[in-house]
Amino acid sequence: MKAKIRKIVTVIEETHSEMDRVVDPPTRRAAAIAVIENPFAGRYVEDLQELIDTGEELGGLLTEYAVKALGIEGPRAESYGKAAAVGENGELEHAAAILHPKLGSPVRKVLGKGAALIPSSKKRGGPGVALDIPLGHKDAAYVRSHFDGMEVRIADAPRANEILVAVAVTDSGRPLPRVGGLTKDQIKGEDGLR
Amino acid sequence: MLEIEIRKRILTMEEIFHEGGPPVKTPLRRGSIVALIRNPFAGRYVEDIAGFMDDLKPLGLQMAQDLVAALGGAKSIEGYGKGAIVGAAGELEHGALWHVPGGYAMREILGGAKAIVSSTKKVGGPGTRLDVPITHINASYVRSHFDAMEIGIADGPKADEIALALVMTTGQRIHARVGGLKASEVKGEDGLR
Repeated sequence: MKAKIRKIVTVIEETHSEMDRVVDPPTRRAAAIAVIENPFAGRYVEDLQELIDTGEELGGLLTEYAVKALGIEGPRAESYGKAAAVGENGELEHAAAILHPKLGSPVRKVLGKGAALIPSSKKRGGPGVALDIPLGHKDAAYVRSHFDGMEVRIADAPRANEILVAVAVTDSGRPLPRVGGLTKDQIKGEDGLR
Repeated sequence: MLEIEIRKRILTMEEIFHEGGPPVKTPLRRGSIVALIRNPFAGRYVEDIAGFMDDLKPLGLQMAQDLVAALGGAKSIEGYGKGAIVGAAGELEHGALWHVPGGYAMREILGGAKAIVSSTKKVGGPGTRLDVPITHINASYVRSHFDAMEIGIADGPKADEIALALVMTTGQRIHARVGGLKASEVKGEDGLR
């Protein structure tokens, strides 16, 4: 592991009821978040390759953490998302380097498939900043019941020279989906959209 | 007997490798489990609430069990704490209902921990954060184990809910070095030293 990891936080959230209706089985989602040192903090660096490689390392590691937290096999995952928060001495482009070029492929390796784009968000902030990780169905982006988001935060991160990198995985969609659209049993899962 | 209605449970696990100092061989783990339940006393003053403590015991035990499992088993636990956030239609006293079942549950699962379980509570809305204090499970004065873990839920507690939290750690602060009673010096008789 080339990335210098200070901590890894795993969050599992189960929803058992919503508006007094029982959700059975509970919807479950898990996020794994790594706090890493930002090798480019405090200065402008043109070539961001090191963080691109870090994205590849963390994509697999964090997805394994999240899937393990849910206690499921990778292919049982239904939706996913990714996000990063850069500390104040870093640049939004650092988050982009981690998230976009190489992080996705190891995520998909752990999950078996993953035809859909992995929805993402990024921001700059200080310790405790809230990161809203967007979620979408992993094989068909248009599955409406699985459009969602998960808020995560770590009280003491990111420090100025750190970056939070998060991957979220679910085994379900929203607790009481009822706004129509494509359903998960209708998907073909070939083009990543439907 | 009041029914326990759970809306959500959130389990958080932190693995800490270093905090700017030398990385440790075995990462420190800190975990929290939070249950969002309906507050059966929300919106009015109820004099007799103490019976709810017994109703909460099974929930406490399940939470303690799940948290211990996530942290690698009872033998690895060295620190603990508990807390509650009462939604805005409740009163602070409702949070106090967690003292007995929350503490009892952790001691039960950990096999008779000696120290008082440190705690905190407040009234708040969705997204309220709570810094749950942590101390050594057998001797409150162990300085290396004084710690805290922040918990909170983006969409809770709603006005008629209570968030109940348990936290545990597997060791001392990651770079503990301010002296005081050490874990290795604990007698473990009075819960203090």
